[in-house]
Amino acid sequence: MSANLLAVFYLISGVLFILALRGLSSPETSRQGNFFGIIGMAIAIGVTIISTGNFSTGFVYLLIFLIVGGSIGAYIAFKIPMTAMPELVAGFHSLVGLAAVFVAISAFLNPEVFNLGFPGKIKIASLIEMSLGAAIGAITFTGSIIAFLKLRGLMSGSPITFIGQHFLNLALGILILCIVFFLCNTQQEYLFWSLIAIAFLVGVLLIIPIGGADMPVVISMLNSYSGWAAAGIGFTLENSALIITGALVGSSGAILSYIMCKGMNRSFFNVILGGWGASEESSKSSSKEQKPVKNGNADDAAFLMKNASSVIIVPGYGMAVAQAQHALREMVDSLKKNGVKVSYAIHPVAGRMPGHMNVLLAEANVPYDEVFELEDINNDFANCDVAYVIGANDVTNPVAKTDPQSPIYGMPILDVEKSKSVLFVKRSLSPGYAGIDNDLFYRENTLMLFADAKKMTEDITKSL
Amino acid sequence: MEIDPFIFRLSIFILAIFVGYYVVWSVTPSLHTPLMSVTNAISSVIIVGAIVAALAGDNVKIFGTANVFGFLAIVLAAVNIFGGFLVTHRMLAMYKKKKKDK
Repeated sequence: MSANLLAVFYLISGVLFILALRGLSSPETSRQGNFFGIIGMAIAIGVTIISTGNFSTGFVYLLIFLIVGGSIGAYIAFKIPMTAMPELVAGFHSLVGLAAVFVAISAFLNPEVFNLGFPGKIKIASLIEMSLGAAIGAITFTGSIIAFLKLRGLMSGSPITFIGQHFLNLALGILILCIVFFLCNTQQEYLFWSLIAIAFLVGVLLIIPIGGADMPVVISMLNSYSGWAAAGIGFTLENSALIITGALVGSSGAILSYIMCKGMNRSFFNVILGGWGASEESSKSSSKEQKPVKNGNADDAAFLMKNASSVIIVPGYGMAVAQAQHALREMVDSLKKNGVKVSYAIHPVAGRMPGHMNVLLAEANVPYDEVFELEDINNDFANCDVAYVIGANDVTNPVAKTDPQSPIYGMPILDVEKSKSVLFVKRSLSPGYAGIDNDLFYRENTLMLFADAKKMTEDITKSL
Repeated sequence: MEIDPFIFRLSIFILAIFVGYYVVWSVTPSLHTPLMSVTNAISSVIIVGAIVAALAGDNVKIFGTANVFGFLAIVLAAVNIFGGFLVTHRMLAMYKKKKKDK
């Protein structure tokens, strides 16, 4: 196959990948979009195999490796519960990062295959591109592993900080640039290996200071990195499919990080430099916990909601932890039978990754046209009779509007306080991830339901 | 005067960033999780580099260091491709509209 024809096929794959993302603009076209993505991938793999012209032993091994990897992937894809999506995505990012590192190593050790020159005499431009691809890939790999461990709960979600941390990261970053410089001058193999080793270390150092509540930003950021790593390798291999895909994924991750930061009213650097909230600030709230709270049970809640004309449900990460999404749907079904209008309000940073709540509700067969984003539903709280807050906390805290001293001041919140009454399902009065007390607990129109989210929801359904 | 092919690739790259920017902003927020899993799957197109590296040279070289790294990258990328597309499909299949008869 001629190089030009090959390039045309890669371009077609790139266009199909753009269509795959385009399909996600609405749930109706999304399945078709995913199909375009699969075709694009099949074309890219197919023409690459044909172009190598190697159909002997190597090809057999290739098929075996493809099938082994593919079956592992398919098995994971079918087995994974939807609540574990954040870990899964973090884990998959680490694989892309490591694959980028491996391809860069192959290209460095055997540059003739990719027309990059000869070992010890690799073109300078290619060397820079593959060093960048390898370094970003390595950072993505270890960074995603740390994110995975934190999300999975195998590692504490609280930020790990030490003195001189940012200085160390900066120094390592400069060191990486110096190594790339010397690598271009001397082409020494050991420099390439040390580059990768240092990048692995940077990946770990970059993610450990970031707390559990900031994971939506971290995952989006690593998504972006995996794209830039792919683009770096794409430049090295002079492959337009890889360059296009890398650019798409890189900008996609960057936009998601931006949306998540905006949802928390924090700058990107503020999140990355880490160490917000969690453990240190939770002590502040202890003095306030003496305030009176109205405590209710399932029957009270059922009575309130049955007599309401409209109810807005506000799910949060606690719903995912308690696996309460199916119970919630059943409760809503009985409410609907009683003629109550029900809708769902989702905050941009609810859950542990962008769009996490929407997937969980979709899993529980909640129609997507009943689920609304913050800006679309926020005005409706004023006209709604009951807000049912299940597993959310900080995203409803009115302090974000009133107290400039609060760490969450300025964060867009769901105006739950404006509804006639608020039902708050929570296990205790403890503060949320931001470590601040929620004023809403002590309001006149708030009824606290202290229980496990799933059990409480089931009990309410029974009383309805 | 001839233009370096690098400039062409850079043009593709920059334009693709802009395409990505506009396409991703039009993705509905409720599909942000599938967006992440599908971008993850397509970034595994890095497998094309792995295939070239793994199949390079004749059969004697197939277990050379460079080739072995290629094969390892194939396994990792394959996990991602199949896992990423299938899990996206599984998620998207769950998004349903309200039934009209209710």
